[in-house]
Amino acid sequence: MTKQQARFEPYDFNGGTCVAIAGADYCVVAADTRMSTGYNILTRDYSKIYKLADKCMMASSGFQADVRALQKVLGAKHLIYQHQHNKQMSCPAMARLLSNTLYYKRFFPYYTFNVLAGFDEEGKGCVYTYDAVGSYEKVGYSAQGSGAKLIMPVLDNQLKSPSPLLLPAQDAVTPLSESEAIDVVKDVFASATERDIYTGDKLEIVILNVDGIRREYAELRKD
Amino acid sequence: MSIFEYNGSAIVAMVGKNCFAIASDRRLGVNLQTVATDFQRIFKIHDKLFVGLSGLGSDAQTLYQRLVFRHKLYQLREERDMKPETFASLVSAILYEKRFGPYFCQPVIAGLGNDDKPFICTMDFIGAKELAKDFVVAGSASESLYGACEALFKPDMEPDELSEVVSQALLASVDRDCLSGWGGHIYIVTPDEVREKILKGRMD
Amino acid sequence: MSNNSCMDLTAKGGFSFDLCKRNAMLSQKGLKLPPFRKTGTTIVGLVFQDGVILGADTRATEGPIVCDKNCEKIHYMAPNIYCCGAGTAADTEAVTDMVSSQLQLHRYHTGRESRVVTALTLLKKHLFNYQGHVSAALVLGGVDCTGPHLHTIYPHGSTDTLPFATMGSGSLAAMSVFESKYKEGLSRDEGIKLVSEAVCSGIFNDLGSGSNVDVCVITKGHKEYLRNHMLPNPRTYVSERGYSFPKKTEVLMTKITPMKEKVEVTEGGDAMEE
Repeated sequence: MTKQQARFEPYDFNGGTCVAIAGADYCVVAADTRMSTGYNILTRDYSKIYKLADKCMMASSGFQADVRALQKVLGAKHLIYQHQHNKQMSCPAMARLLSNTLYYKRFFPYYTFNVLAGFDEEGKGCVYTYDAVGSYEKVGYSAQGSGAKLIMPVLDNQLKSPSPLLLPAQDAVTPLSESEAIDVVKDVFASATERDIYTGDKLEIVILNVDGIRREYAELRKD
Repeated sequence: MSIFEYNGSAIVAMVGKNCFAIASDRRLGVNLQTVATDFQRIFKIHDKLFVGLSGLGSDAQTLYQRLVFRHKLYQLREERDMKPETFASLVSAILYEKRFGPYFCQPVIAGLGNDDKPFICTMDFIGAKELAKDFVVAGSASESLYGACEALFKPDMEPDELSEVVSQALLASVDRDCLSGWGGHIYIVTPDEVREKILKGRMD
Repeated sequence: MSNNSCMDLTAKGGFSFDLCKRNAMLSQKGLKLPPFRKTGTTIVGLVFQDGVILGADTRATEGPIVCDKNCEKIHYMAPNIYCCGAGTAADTEAVTDMVSSQLQLHRYHTGRESRVVTALTLLKKHLFNYQGHVSAALVLGGVDCTGPHLHTIYPHGSTDTLPFATMGSGSLAAMSVFESKYKEGLSRDEGIKLVSEAVCSGIFNDLGSGSNVDVCVITKGHKEYLRNHMLPNPRTYVSERGYSFPKKTEVLMTKITPMKEKVEVTEGGDAMEE
């Protein structure tokens, strides 16, 4: 038998699913609150949604230790920005900052899958979706994490956005109203929870609109 | 890359009110290269029994030939068509026989049984039967299909609505899977007729 | 090779290994073998005052995806014997079916009720033969002329005889309930409650187990299969709006085939002339 030795394994996968939808005057970010490893549930009440600025939220799944580190780095960089410019960072700026922060660790990445949602300079909802090393795109809706494969086709079917290659460029925001978007989010999460073992327990929905930030919770299956 | 993803496939079967639908994509590829865009994965065993074979294309065709052979022997001996339940057991036995050197093929079986009661069933590639009341999926796009069907399915659909729901679920799912697509092929089976449709989809 | 191989029908049964060489070649070329369908599973059993109670969850998984939300894991062996299966779904199904038919034949031969040890021996013999490659982990329970029996069988063929037992990925969660609450001489209702609680503990704390609770109570000369005894995990949300489709699918071709009328053959009709 070959010699066995402990290997350096810096990564774990804690599961979880994140979804974000952008509308003309609102933005919905949602994630389940289960954190798990292997076949074990670590906690049933862990928020994956982080407030980066008043008009910018990030939802992250993957390895939650890396997520925490990433949130801390972004928080610190945003604080410095506020001290230097005496204002909060805009969502598109934050999107680029997140991309750069991820790519900075290209060869020892943060094992995180993020969606960023907020309002752009015109006050319209916007969603940015990322891979683990900082490739990103502005979209109208997105899903990330363990249940993303289950949720994405349903969102495609219901909220199909125009091609980004069209000229003149068309708006990517979804035509749904705020309440319709929340309804879709609840249903796709209930569906994903039926089939994905890493998604469940509770659904946290954060709604950004002109009135500010609102949080809603919905129950999911606990098995 | 897994052997199941070598050719790429997507199959779904869904139950409606006294009817069922079974649908598949039309792509045959070798890894990322598309080889054929009219590949057949759903086969008719008899008027009210269909089988979809996802996975490795060559194994699907070999398995289909063996299934037809066994069904014909049964017809000769019994002078009747096989019930879907019986056929499922046959497929399961054929697959489990090769437990340690399997066919890389995940079947989906759909048929109308006694009193035209719809029956759908899938198996893993070594014959572990899974009987479902609502829908079953298989192939490289199976995860997307699970999500889409779980959201779009509702019980007791009429044939027309069932056809639309299955088509939408299939096309939405294959668009998120690189290895399946190029439209769809759907059969809607009611006690009176079989409706076969070819669906237009993205060609990329 | 037997003469039957050209007929495509194996007369003797048993496994066929003719694709092994090809599959080894494929995996050597770097194509990975896919995972089997597993039943992540919590299966349990206990002996109570007048028999045996078996319990199981109903989730079957393929990696992180649930492929069956309501499968049956308590398999029939004989009228007085049932068996819970964990591990590769196809193996548990096949091995229990095979042994149950051997038991049936044995009953025809002897005209007596099957004994639990007979089932146990047949199962462990098969599993030991395959050196753990048939990956079935079983909880076998039944009542015969020698009283109630409960056994666990591991994939390699080793067995245990126990007053209470658990198996599968949720076995630790379930065993913690048994270890803290099991006592000898439980009544039927207490037994069912404890089994359900143990299975529920697996369902909620182990991600490989989920959905509903199946229970099977076997007593002297009587059995009761409580399929979906508890349904603790209904779907949490159904959209009231329902889904409409913004864009209808485009159909390139439609072919409608009406069903053929079946020809009725009447028995004892006019015989055809020779």
